[in-house]
Amino acid sequence: MSATVSIPTILRTHTGGEKQVKAEGSTLQEVITDLEANHPGIKDRLVTDGALHRFVNVYVNDEDVRFSGGLDAQVPDGGTVTILPAVAGGAR
Amino acid sequence: MIRADLVEQMVAHARRDHPDEACGILAGPDDGSDRPQRFVPMENAERSPTFYRFDSMEQLRVYQEMDANDEVPVVVYHSHTATEPYPSRTDISLASEPFAHYVLVGTRDPEHHELRSYRIVDGEVTEEEVQVVENYMFAHTGTPDVPDKADVPDPAAP
Repeated sequence: MSATVSIPTILRTHTGGEKQVKAEGSTLQEVITDLEANHPGIKDRLVTDGALHRFVNVYVNDEDVRFSGGLDAQVPDGGTVTILPAVAGGAR
Repeated sequence: MIRADLVEQMVAHARRDHPDEACGILAGPDDGSDRPQRFVPMENAERSPTFYRFDSMEQLRVYQEMDANDEVPVVVYHSHTATEPYPSRTDISLASEPFAHYVLVGTRDPEHHELRSYRIVDGEVTEEEVQVVENYMFAHTGTPDVPDKADVPDPAAP
């Protein structure tokens, strides 16, 4: 089970500058574990205390995983995982 | 360096959404030219006077569109509606585009907006000079901002 993962600019230091990498897994959790095995340090940028960071958006096949199970979201074979840091801020 | 029409569109967006914060992107070619070309206003999913966050689905669509066009977010802008247009602690800790210019539009004064630009990399803020030009091709000298309507004399006025 292999997925194509799109890596945002700010995390490309972990992938040697690559915009897209392959990862194995049938759930988002497994895909992130496999990513970490090949690109050490990336997991900490995505997950804290067993949950996705609040300010990281992850999409499986263009669907925001917040609405499809979070780390338990199913990743179909040949699917795409897109990671985008939330663009957020504010006066306070 | 930024085109006057893009500044006018950002300021108009910030005024329209005031007192809530407005946010968006100016996209430009991914060729190192560092020139914003395309105005992309975004929904503030928070609809808040003190916080902004791009709507996640709109952000995905816009980023995929930029990828397809070989564009990058040259500018990420948002407004501060009651405070100085300087990056807040939240802005700094959440800044996620190390190559973008973070433009802040201040709308606390209804007559005169404020326009400032920063780089935010690894928690470090560097203010940068803004040069507003009519177009990039003949840009020799620019001004630091565009005038508000109140500053332009109305020719019809007696």
